[in-house]
Amino acid sequence: MSFQPVKFYQTGTFTVGNRLLAAEERSVQANMRRTNSINSGHRACQGCGEALGARYAIDAAMEATGKRLIAANATGCLEVFSTPYPETSWQVPWIHSLFGNTAAVATGIAAAMRVKGRSDIRVVAQGGDGGTTDIGFGCLSGMFERNDDVLYLCYDNGAYMNTGVQRSSATPAAARTATTMAVGEPPGNVFGQGKDLPAIAMAHGIPYVATATVAELRDLEAKVRRAMEFRGARYLHIFVPCPLGWGHAAHDTIRIARLAKETGVFPVFEAERGEVVSVSKIRRQLPVEEYLRPQKRFAHLFGKAPRADLIARIQEIADRNIRRYGLVDG
Amino acid sequence: MLKQIEGSQAVAQAVALCRPEVICAYPISPQTHIVEGLGEMVKSGALARCEFINVESEFAAMSVAIGAAAAGARAYTATASQGLLYMAEAVFNASGLGLPIVMTVANRAIGAPINIWNDHTDAMSQRDCGWIQLFAENNQEALDLHIQAFRLGEELSLPVMVCMDGFILTHAYERVDLPTQEQVDAWLPPFEPRQVLDPAEPVSIGAMVGPEAFMEVRYLAHAKQMRALELIPGWADEFRRAFGRDSGGLLHSYRTEDADTIVVALGSVLGTIKDTIDEMRRDGVKIGVLGITCFRPWPLAAVRAALAHATRVVVIEKSLAVGLGGIVTSNVRTSYGGSADAVHAVIAGLGGRSITRASLARVFAAALAGTLEPLSFLDLDGALVERALAREREQRRSGPIAEGMLRDLGVVAARI
Ligand SMILES: Cc1ncc(C[n+]2csc(CCOP(=O)(O)OP(=O)(O)O)c2C)c(N)n1
Ligand code: SF4
Ligand SMILES: [Mg+2]
Repeated sequence: MSFQPVKFYQTGTFTVGNRLLAAEERSVQANMRRTNSINSGHRACQGCGEALGARYAIDAAMEATGKRLIAANATGCLEVFSTPYPETSWQVPWIHSLFGNTAAVATGIAAAMRVKGRSDIRVVAQGGDGGTTDIGFGCLSGMFERNDDVLYLCYDNGAYMNTGVQRSSATPAAARTATTMAVGEPPGNVFGQGKDLPAIAMAHGIPYVATATVAELRDLEAKVRRAMEFRGARYLHIFVPCPLGWGHAAHDTIRIARLAKETGVFPVFEAERGEVVSVSKIRRQLPVEEYLRPQKRFAHLFGKAPRADLIARIQEIADRNIRRYGLVDG
Repeated sequence: MLKQIEGSQAVAQAVALCRPEVICAYPISPQTHIVEGLGEMVKSGALARCEFINVESEFAAMSVAIGAAAAGARAYTATASQGLLYMAEAVFNASGLGLPIVMTVANRAIGAPINIWNDHTDAMSQRDCGWIQLFAENNQEALDLHIQAFRLGEELSLPVMVCMDGFILTHAYERVDLPTQEQVDAWLPPFEPRQVLDPAEPVSIGAMVGPEAFMEVRYLAHAKQMRALELIPGWADEFRRAFGRDSGGLLHSYRTEDADTIVVALGSVLGTIKDTIDEMRRDGVKIGVLGITCFRPWPLAAVRAALAHATRVVVIEKSLAVGLGGIVTSNVRTSYGGSADAVHAVIAGLGGRSITRASLARVFAAALAGTLEPLSFLDLDGALVERALAREREQRRSGPIAEGMLRDLGVVAARI
């Protein structure tokens, strides 16, 4: 982990921006002079993890670059809820071109900055899991392979939310979406091979790859800051619950994100040049049921005919993550 | 400076003289020599202050150009055929955003069946995408149109596609007059974008627009293209004064003053048509040719004026609107005051089929004799088509179409 986590046992959480900290240790968000890069008034759903993650990530990037930042954005919820014409929430120079080309657009911006002798201006590209792992995958891999000076932020909510919660290649096994209904066998999404994008990013050998969740926002900020210390292609995969698509209460976004980490469903780590350099350990390991049960997209695993077999298979996936990344000491 | 060089090199050098800042490209025949030439200039340092990015697809090429142009850099790419289709979504996006990218299209057929040879199907498929489309008749014009394209695009905040016939022009060695850097610098001012991604003045580009303003945004794109119709002729005059030759403009008429039959075409085939017409003129036939340089925007009034005295129009076009006929012809009909039946579509040269003077002479003679159909296909092998149709009538599983035809033909490579 790239900074010393501070545990606020008073609240039992890693709460952000706490007044108990010395000023220099406080989060970017806790600072009155934060940039509010995504300003209030946007149309995200209540409790949207993507809005939260993007706000923290971009504000942290703004701080890290001294406000010399340009953002390219893929089509998706973040783009749609932030820029209903003629209004915009963005306080950074921002461009939306298409769904699948964001990494390449960012490459073009970075090239323009280099040729103009303005390499002090840094570039982020951002998109949802669909825009990243599916339709934008080719452009993303090209950007990685050329090691273009771009930080790519993927907000993973595990489906095509903007078009009404259809399956993407980041949709977890057994999850119900509009195109993987809770019928048939197995109900919900298939148990496929998955598409582990952080691992694929690492396989490109790029300078920096990390994962984060909106449950540990200071960790997210620290990773954005760390990413900005590198030149070249960087990738940050952020786990962002979606109350609408996942069917959980809006006030549970952070709790669900924390449960994903604490069950091993979503491993949180950092890697440099293809090697893992730090992992966020699980504090108190929980069974995957704890994570699955509050979400309606997994309701068919519980209900009248519980599917202990499928839950066990999801547990296996989490256990494999725990082993692979050494998430639990001992 | 006069030089005997390949068309692709001429274009590469013209583009380099325009001081591009970001060049991105993905290889496809017959565009390759252009970007290879530019790539070498950037890598060797001959073309300074320019980034050359080897991308992983044409979709990425256009997307990199979009990002670069939105960040205020002069951006260039080149493609053809499948590559143009592969980037189509981004092609529309570039014009929708109003980014003055310049792109060469080395015109080539589109598969299936896969075919690397020249026709205009690629460019025509994007005719309504909001880009200005200029067609070069020869390599000198291809070179000159690129220099004009940067200025035109940047003045209007619109992207410009310079179309040149694949192989016929891109791979032909011709003498061209290459201007000096001073001449080009004097003609083409540095790029001053109307919109730019700048941390000092943050803007959002590419917002979602609903029914309340979408029509207006599209209309504005149309209005800008109409403005291009006003600007282009004056700029052609200015170009003549600065560079000492006629290049660009909306259209070129040749021997049309007293012509009652006017042939309309785009691109390199104009040379063959002119030769054919010269011969017919010697026999006293009142025939001329109208070359369309600017296809988008469509120079409606200029074409109408140029065709005003014609009683018969023959459009030779290297693309086919399947299920309709001629694409250029449809445009010409909007500009012709006489009967629509007097405008004949002749589909020619698809997939690199040679357009010979003998065949053209036959078609023009038929037009004069009143026997030319409203739609015809130059040198179509009707028997070959009939055999394929018969095969389909006779057996349900008639097999792959193109392969069947090739089998009927026997060894064909030598006939191209
Ligand atoms: C080429 C193309 N195909 C499909 C779409 C429709 N589309 C727009 S947003 C979207 C889903 C976005 O999903 P994701 O990237 O995961 O972002 P989210 O909305 O979930 O944040 C889809 C399918 C599109 N805009 N462009
Ligand atoms: S659908 Fe999900 S991702 Fe989209 S705005 Fe709502 S909560 Fe956020
Ligand atoms: Mg998503």
